[in-house]
Amino acid sequence: MRFGVVVFPGTWSDCDFHYVISEVLHQPVRYVWHRDRNLADLDCVILPGGFSYGDYLRAGAVAGKSPVVEALQDFIAKGGHVLGSCNGFQILCEARLLPGALMRNECLQYRCQPTHLVVENVETAFTRGLRLGQVLTMPISHGEGKYHADPEPLRALKEKNQIVFRYAEADGRVTRAANPNGSLENIAGIVNPAGNVLGLMPHPERAAEAAMGGTDGLLLFQSLLGSLVEDGSFLKR
Amino acid sequence: MKVRVLVRLKPGILDVQGAAVKRALVGLGFTELTDLRVGKVIEVELDAATHERARERVGEMCRQLLANPILEDYTLEMVDDLAPRGAVR
Repeated sequence: MRFGVVVFPGTWSDCDFHYVISEVLHQPVRYVWHRDRNLADLDCVILPGGFSYGDYLRAGAVAGKSPVVEALQDFIAKGGHVLGSCNGFQILCEARLLPGALMRNECLQYRCQPTHLVVENVETAFTRGLRLGQVLTMPISHGEGKYHADPEPLRALKEKNQIVFRYAEADGRVTRAANPNGSLENIAGIVNPAGNVLGLMPHPERAAEAAMGGTDGLLLFQSLLGSLVEDGSFLKR
Repeated sequence: MKVRVLVRLKPGILDVQGAAVKRALVGLGFTELTDLRVGKVIEVELDAATHERARERVGEMCRQLLANPILEDYTLEMVDDLAPRGAVR
């Protein structure tokens, strides 16, 4: 399986993702510059966290119109997988590849802390190895992670089972107190209807080694690798 | 031609920034303050034959990039260009 890690001016989690994919998961990976439109050799494109284009105008707004993100439309239509974390999630929303928008945390603070996430959809390539209701621990690190969607898109998200992660207590209960940023209904991560584009505010790449305090982030990658082995696309490479 | 774009959060969307600024002003003694919302001003200069054309193009810029229609509304106003360049307005 070949991964591409997109680098915008201002991206900061690109090296972490590259390290986890190459050194922890031992998979081939290359950096993809934001002006690059050629994604044909890749199975999964990562949009990492950071402050693409300085987050000018709105977080992810300028990156959402960049050549590499335009090329993602075609990549996704052909069944390629996309994982956007933190700023990557903001970019996917700004590019309308995922519904809704991310806005200033309700507490107005930049929040950098571990969070518990309850898994609500195990039918995506990224979560197939997980159990429904399983609680993962991953850190967040953002100032603009409050998920917002109008009532109609929210209803569609629920109908199509697109809500993948919600902020929760350690035992999996979804409570107001467990919501670090004021996200609508504690939403922390969603997928597109086809299930091949995942956006989440937490950082799976920062929970990928025991020395980092946890390895729950690896479960997303392992699910993805497992899915591709199972459907045969892994072997075609 | 110069067009001023005002981008603001839609009514009904909680403006946490505005709420914080409001609290600070009330703390300074402006107790008559009833509401405050923070927005953005973007000034766009462009070549256009008519005001209508300028509005049309800047409106398109707003739809494509300058505003996020999920969260924000925008209004356009033509900036009176009678004052010489560099003049203090």
